[in-house]
Amino acid sequence: MIKKKLIINNKLGLHARPAALIVQITNKHASEVYISKGDSRINAKSIMGVLTLAAAQGSELTIEADGPDETALLDLLEELIRNGFGEE
Amino acid sequence: MNQEQPLANGKGKNNITIQGISASPGITIGLALCVGKQEHQTRRRTIAKKLIEAEISRMQEAVDKTKVEINHVRQLIADKMGEKHAYIFDSHLLMLEDQMLIGETISIIRNERINAEFALGMVLSQLNNIFQSMEDEYLRERGADIRDIGRRLMKHLVETDEEDVTLSNLRKEAIIITHDLTPSDTAQMVKSKVLGFVTDIGGPTSHTAIMARSLEIPAVVGLKDITRRVQNGDELIIDGQQGLVIINPDEATKERYRVISKRLEQIDRDLEHLRELPAETRDGHLIEIAANIEFPSEVGSALEHGARGVGLYRTEFLYLNRDNMPSEEEQFVAYQKVAEATAPYPVIIRTLDLGGDKLVSYFDIGEEVNPFLGLRAIRLCLKHPEIFKVQLRAILRASVYGNLKIMFPMISGAEEMKQARSVLEEVQEELRQASIAFDEEIEVGAMIEIPSAALTADILAHVCDFFSLGTNDLIQYTLAVERANENIAYLYDPLHLANLRIIKQVIEAAHSHGIWVGMCGEMAGNPLFALLLLGMGLDELSMSAVSIPEMKKIIRAITLKDARATAHKALQMTSSAEIAEMTREKIANLIVEIF
Repeated sequence: MIKKKLIINNKLGLHARPAALIVQITNKHASEVYISKGDSRINAKSIMGVLTLAAAQGSELTIEADGPDETALLDLLEELIRNGFGEE
Repeated sequence: MNQEQPLANGKGKNNITIQGISASPGITIGLALCVGKQEHQTRRRTIAKKLIEAEISRMQEAVDKTKVEINHVRQLIADKMGEKHAYIFDSHLLMLEDQMLIGETISIIRNERINAEFALGMVLSQLNNIFQSMEDEYLRERGADIRDIGRRLMKHLVETDEEDVTLSNLRKEAIIITHDLTPSDTAQMVKSKVLGFVTDIGGPTSHTAIMARSLEIPAVVGLKDITRRVQNGDELIIDGQQGLVIINPDEATKERYRVISKRLEQIDRDLEHLRELPAETRDGHLIEIAANIEFPSEVGSALEHGARGVGLYRTEFLYLNRDNMPSEEEQFVAYQKVAEATAPYPVIIRTLDLGGDKLVSYFDIGEEVNPFLGLRAIRLCLKHPEIFKVQLRAILRASVYGNLKIMFPMISGAEEMKQARSVLEEVQEELRQASIAFDEEIEVGAMIEIPSAALTADILAHVCDFFSLGTNDLIQYTLAVERANENIAYLYDPLHLANLRIIKQVIEAAHSHGIWVGMCGEMAGNPLFALLLLGMGLDELSMSAVSIPEMKKIIRAITLKDARATAHKALQMTSSAEIAEMTREKIANLIVEIF
C-alpha cells in the first residue's frame, strides 16, 4: 500500500467534472483506492463518494492505493490533481 | 377454525381496528385502493420474498433506461457544442453505476424488502442531506445533479409500476387509501367511484375532511401509517362516526355495522323533514343557515339539506388542476350558475385563495419557508391585479343574475381592505364605461381569519358591509397550531378562550357598527358549539351541507336566552376543558330529548 497527501488547487474544487475524471481513471485500474479528507474516507471508484468529500480549493486529500498497479495509478492521480484537472 | 376464510393479500391481518380522527360522518364497507403517484417516494410497500428479484430487475431496468436517455442527450450536446461540454453527462453516467447510489438502493430493496421507489427515495434523501450540508456553495449546488438523476430514475420506475392507480382513472368503487389528498387530487377525482377516504395525515379541517363532507362520504384521517398497513383489495369498514377503520372485518363486525348504518339512514330521513323549517329558536330568534360549496354543482345538495344561501363559495377550485388561468368567461359562467341556482338566497363568493397549500402549476409564487404566512389569498391578488381583476369582472357581471356578495380572504386590517375595495371600484368603473350591467349595491365583506384583523375589527368594520369568521385559519393563527399536523392536533382547540374571546370581540365590533357577522369555518357546523355561537350573537352560520339538518334541529330546540347564558358562562371560565364539559352536557341532554 502506498499513500500520498495532495492539495486541491483548481478554483472550483472537486466538482462533477474532476470527480468524473478521477473515477474514470480509478476504474481502469485493479488497485483499491481510498481518498480521505478530515474524518471522511471514501472509495475513489464511486463518483458519489468523491463528490460527497466536498473538497473545495485548498483541501488536503490523502490518497491510498493498494494493489498490483498502485504506483502507476497514484502517479496518474497526482498529475491530474497537480494540474488542477486542466482547469483554472 | 377459520381455515376456509382466505387471508387477504397474504398479510393475514384480520379484524384489526385502528383509531384515527373522524373527518366526515357515515359508515361504509368496501375494498381498499391505495393511490398516489406523487407519493411514490414516500409510500412504502413491502415486497413479497419471491418478488424481490423482480423488484431489483425493475430498478435495473430504470437504470438502463436512464442511461440510454442520458447517452442520447450527451451525444446531442457533444455534436452541437463539442466534446468538452459533454463532461457533465459522463458524471451522470458514472452515477448510474455508482455503488453509493445504485448499489445501496438495490441492497435496501433486498435487505429490507421494500419497493424500489421507496428505497431509491431513502438513498437520494441521504445523499441530498450530505450535499445540503456542504460549506462550499459551488460544490453544494452539485446536489442538483443527483436530484436530476433521481428524478429521471423515479420517472422510469413509476412507469413500470402496474399497480399505480390515480384518482382520475378509478375503474371500480373503492375506499381510497392515501397519504394525504391535495386540492388538485380531489379536483380530478372520479367522484362516483369513491366510497370513502382514509389518510395517514390530516385533521378534521384538512382538505380531505372538507371534501369528504361535501361529497357526503365517510372519511377517517390522521391514521399515521395506514398506507403501510392496508394493501389493495383488503376489505375495510370506515366508521366516520367514531373515527375508526377496521381492516378485514369478520362477519359479526360487518353485521353490526350494517345495523348501525341502517339506523343512521333512518336518522337522515327524519332530519330531511326539517328542510323547509326555519332555523329559529324556541323564543323566536332567527339565524341564517347557509352552506359552504366548492363547485357550482353542489348548490342543489345544499338547498336540499335546508341551506338558505351559500355562505362560502371557494372559487379557487376553478383554478386548480389545470394548465392555465380560467378565463373571465369561464368564471362568469360558473358564478352565474351559482347565483341563479341559489336565488333568491344570497351567495358569498370568496375571491381567489391561492397559496398556502393550494398551488397551481401555471403560476409560480416561488418556494416559501412558511407558505401559510406567505404570499397567499388577497396578498397574491393585490400583487397581481391582472389576475384579480379578471375574477372581479366575472363576479360583477354575474351579480345581476342573483344575490351575490363579495368576500376577500386573509384580510389583515382596514388598509388591505381599502386596497382590495379600490381595485374592485376600478373594475366597477370599467364596467360602467363599457355599459355592462352589475349590481351597484353589491355587499363587500372581509373574511376574518387573521388575529390582526380580528383585534382591529372595530376599525375594519368601517370599510366592510359584513364579516365572516373563517375559523379554520383563525384558530390556526391564533393558537399557532398548523391544522394539518396530526402531532399537534390536540392543540387545535376551537374552545380555547383566546379563540372564543376573539370571536366575541369581532361580533361585538360588527354589531356596534351596524354590520352583520357570520361564521364559515368548520366550527360553525359543529352541534357541540351551537349554543355558544348563537349565544355570542352570530347572525349567520355557514357549514357543510350535511351538517345543516342536525344543526337546525338543535337550534330549534334551544332558546336564545339559554344560549346567551351559556356563552356568558363559558367566557367566565378558565379552561377549555371546563367549557367543553358544560357544552357537551347541555347538548347531550338536548339530543336525548329531540332525537
